Amino acid sequence: MATDSQLATWEVFMQSKPGANYIHAGSVHAADKQMALQNARDTYTRRGEGTSIWVVPTDAITASNPDDNDMFFDPANDKVYRHPTFYVMPEGAKAI
Amino acid sequence: MELLEKTDKIHETMLKNFEEKIERGDAIEPKDKMPDGYRKHLMRQMSQHAHSEVIGMQPEGNWITRAPSLRAKQILLAKIQDEGGHGLYLYSAAETLGISRDEMIAQLHSGKAKYSNIFNYPALTWADIGAIGWLVDGAAIVNQVSLQRTSYGPYSRAMVRICKEESFHQRQGYEIMANMMKGTKDQQEMAQDAMNRWWWPSLMMFGPHDSESPHTGDAFKWKIKRHSNDELRQKFIDKTVQQAEVIGLTIPDKDLKWNEEKKCYNHGAINWDEFYRVIGGNGPCNKQRMDHHVKVHNEGAWVRAAADAYRLKKEKQLLHL
Repeated sequence: MATDSQLATWEVFMQSKPGANYIHAGSVHAADKQMALQNARDTYTRRGEGTSIWVVPTDAITASNPDDNDMFFDPANDKVYRHPTFYVMPEGAKAI
Repeated sequence: MELLEKTDKIHETMLKNFEEKIERGDAIEPKDKMPDGYRKHLMRQMSQHAHSEVIGMQPEGNWITRAPSLRAKQILLAKIQDEGGHGLYLYSAAETLGISRDEMIAQLHSGKAKYSNIFNYPALTWADIGAIGWLVDGAAIVNQVSLQRTSYGPYSRAMVRICKEESFHQRQGYEIMANMMKGTKDQQEMAQDAMNRWWWPSLMMFGPHDSESPHTGDAFKWKIKRHSNDELRQKFIDKTVQQAEVIGLTIPDKDLKWNEEKKCYNHGAINWDEFYRVIGGNGPCNKQRMDHHVKVHNEGAWVRAAADAYRLKKEKQLLHL
């Protein structure tokens, strides 16, 4: 028999109502996908907080490194033309 | 020598960045660099908090089969399930610091990790279920509301979720007490007796006085803790006295007095000898609580093993297809 453990961890993402974004709720321990889903339901939706759940093995997630934030997210800052407020609209134009 | 200086320098910059972040009020997230002391403090506090939720299921679980009505039984079951859920939120938040749930449970069993002292007291009568919900959960709420703004992101998020659920716990307890105070003389005496036994241990839940609290300095500097033990205790007393009066219960403190100048209650001296005696392992239920946790953990080992074996079997079947 394998040594006793608390089983693998899974990250839980929940949709609060149809059409909404899936938001990270926390994690659960489970042996397989189905158990992960059931545990996520029991742990995170006791009061109707969700209408849909995703579970993902924790080690399948890759996260950005906060130390690299300056470099990693830098290109976003100097492209102000990506924002609608960058453009000058002719006076009097409506609904744009 | 040069290498040492370089490491020192890196370490210094790291600490400076961290402290600036804390100063700005930014949340610290799992992958952020953090001082060892911060990580250790959180591991200790969060695992203790998680263990408290789980051990806290025991005194109440004792009353499920003896709840006085189906309504009361359903409520108690839901409340205890919530406590288990809160334990799970907190274990999962603590795991983001790099400690596993296995390790945390092992630390609980070895005595290295603690749980809230309050659960070393027995729930002797049905009124105790009222007192636990009203006073113990009431005290926990005051503490947890404050922790919603703690600096570690996963801990703060778990607290927000817990606080949303916790107010039902307090209200169901207060309702039990209120109903008993409307009942027979025996029922009223039972409610007062529970109040007398749970009041002081509830005040002790906030920990030693600020002047005696050994971990407070760093916790404040790093914004893990936002209010001091004494501040939180005062908040709890000021809220609870009026609630007791409304239903006709007496606070078992002859020195309790409204302080008009400070606009809060002065309370009598807390028996810290008892606090340290119970924390030291000599409370009425320390051994029972721990024995029960160890027993259930060991008896559940086959379930975890079976779940894992089932996973392996299914993975093998997939490969053969």
